[in-house]
Amino acid sequence: MPDSSPSSSLVELTRMRVLMFVRDPGAVFWVFGFPLVLAFVLGLAFRNRPPDPMHVVVADDPALAAQLKADVTLAVDEAPLDDARWKLRRAQADVLVYRSGGTVTYRYDETRPEGRVARLAVERALERANGRADTLSSADEKVSEPGSRYIDFLVPGLIGMNLMGSSLWGIAYSLVDARKKKLLKRLAATPMKRSDFLLSILLSRLVFLGFELVALVAIGWLAFGVAVQGSLAAVAVLSLLGGLGFAGIAMLIGARTASTETAGGLMNLVMMPMYLLSGAFFSSKHFPDVLQPFIKALPLTALNDSLRAVINEGASLGSQRVPIAIMAAWGLVPFVIALRTFRWQ
Amino acid sequence: MPDTTAVLTCTALKKSFAGVHAVQGVDLDLVAGECFGMLGPNGAGKTTTIEILEGLTELDGGEVRIFGHAPGDVRVRERVGIALQETELPDRLSVVECVRLFRSFYARGREVDAVIKHLELDEKRDARVAKLSGGQRQRLALACALVGNPDLLFLDEPTTGLDPQARLKVWEIVLAFKAGGGTVLLTTHYMEEAARLCDRLAVLDHGRVIARGSPKGLIASLGAAHVIEVITSPALDDAALGALPSVVRVSAKADARVLHAADVSAALPALLSLAASRGAHVKHVSTREATLEDVFVHLTGAGLRDA
Ligand SMILES: Nc1ncnc2c1ncn2[C@@H]1O[C@H](COP(=O)(O)OP(=O)(O)OP(=O)(O)O)[C@@H](O)[C@H]1O
Ligand SMILES: [Mg+2]
Repeated sequence: MPDSSPSSSLVELTRMRVLMFVRDPGAVFWVFGFPLVLAFVLGLAFRNRPPDPMHVVVADDPALAAQLKADVTLAVDEAPLDDARWKLRRAQADVLVYRSGGTVTYRYDETRPEGRVARLAVERALERANGRADTLSSADEKVSEPGSRYIDFLVPGLIGMNLMGSSLWGIAYSLVDARKKKLLKRLAATPMKRSDFLLSILLSRLVFLGFELVALVAIGWLAFGVAVQGSLAAVAVLSLLGGLGFAGIAMLIGARTASTETAGGLMNLVMMPMYLLSGAFFSSKHFPDVLQPFIKALPLTALNDSLRAVINEGASLGSQRVPIAIMAAWGLVPFVIALRTFRWQ
Repeated sequence: MPDTTAVLTCTALKKSFAGVHAVQGVDLDLVAGECFGMLGPNGAGKTTTIEILEGLTELDGGEVRIFGHAPGDVRVRERVGIALQETELPDRLSVVECVRLFRSFYARGREVDAVIKHLELDEKRDARVAKLSGGQRQRLALACALVGNPDLLFLDEPTTGLDPQARLKVWEIVLAFKAGGGTVLLTTHYMEEAARLCDRLAVLDHGRVIARGSPKGLIASLGAAHVIEVITSPALDDAALGALPSVVRVSAKADARVLHAADVSAALPALLSLAASRGAHVKHVSTREATLEDVFVHLTGAGLRDA
């Protein structure tokens, strides 16, 4: 009995790809679980602590020590002179204070900023305790710029890294696997529209990209207070463009390769330099100037930098034209080459 | 009413791969409603031929028309069902998901559940492909081929590696398709399969058709309907054996001599008296009807499966 109302092949192909992915626990972990674990571990390791107190050791002078203990910014320790010197040498104390005759001596390492600061703080505390009055009236204004912590830097980098990894694995690997198993050949023998097949790859990526983005932004916000300073729509648009850029590269890798080992090697060849150079974990500005134009042209750099601008600095989409152009180019050029050279068997 | 118009014609088909002449001038024609078989040893060029017809391999020379179009034309793909020699459907999809996927490619296919039921896969409807037996996988491959409601079916070794029962089920499915007016082109290594399913056969070797005809016609072309296998000690010479009444051919198979005879009742007594007169002890003698296997051995000098 003929059945004349089939579902569209674009829908079915997309459904196939989504199902194949969600039923692969390993892939789900690497795409969703791993970046979250990484965000947690790194976020905890580099979370901001209250400012460290300055460490003072006082040699054989309880009265002096008592005066210093009144200052909450100082951590005061007491010890015999020899022990106190040893503590200073070991950097367990930033400054050693002792009194001989009427003279208070500050002993510290001039090359350590902590030493110089501690010396000034101790001197100020002692002078005040002994009656010196401030001659200027002053007030403190303590700042913590939003988006300036390490975790603020890290979360956009993790989003970028994750989109790269999942796009490459999700597209290149699955294409090569399907070719190896002759599934592509079998599909090519049906009246399936080839454009439906290629479109289904992009559509299924879009579905996952949505989930990945929501998961990472939500975790960053809820667990670490990484707020998106700019607009969420801008984050979505940039991620989409970045995802397309990686999809283009993935299609190119998957266009002709017939062995999954070769595909794995090619993917690492593409991803490794970007993991290192594109500033996922630390700023790419540390690399030498000669490398900068090359680094800036990488799609992951463009994605990371523009995401950071929007998430951390509240930049508008309009200000990110250069990274947008770079990502679009990566999406377009390899994709067109991939379509031209694609092999169904 | 069965029509006898040509469903598929191919003439002087040629294909080489980097110096290997896989197909060297194959002619085939299929009429509607028949099952046509390609027989041949490993490397004979069966898969290459069928994949050219499926539009998956570019031909180097020759001409192919299927339903009046070139192979690979979308109008052809709409009307053709295919089971490749080796396809792995996605492990993580279920039976019904695979069939539904393939259904979605065709404008006028069959109903997914009806096809699954027809191929006796209803019990496995929601099982993952990874969990299917070899026979079930093959039936799923056939379901994906049939769900497009094809007029022509290409089957490349549909039963290789299956146990006899699973093979029987595949045969039933192919025969049912044919009974419904479908046309089939299949390749096989199994003589019994060719004899059971095929109306006509082409025997391929080294990329050429070396014989063609109906299974019966090919057997008849041996000129002798019977085969006598005999082992004596000492062995009898081929000249004497060949001179026995109605014997048309003598060949060797391991220790045995194989006689092709038109009339067993004349050849067998003469064989026994020849042995007696030579003082040779008859250790084994058996007779059977000639099969396609004998045709094959005669044509190629080798067995189908060990070529
Ligand atoms: N893609 C290819 N590249 C190179 N040589 C090939 C290719 N495909 C087939 N051949 C060669 O062409 C010849 C015919 O192969 P083909 O697969 O058509 O044989 P077959 O009759 O299907 O054999 P089998 O019974 O083993 O499946 C073989 O010698 C094979 O090695
Ligand atoms: Mg073959």
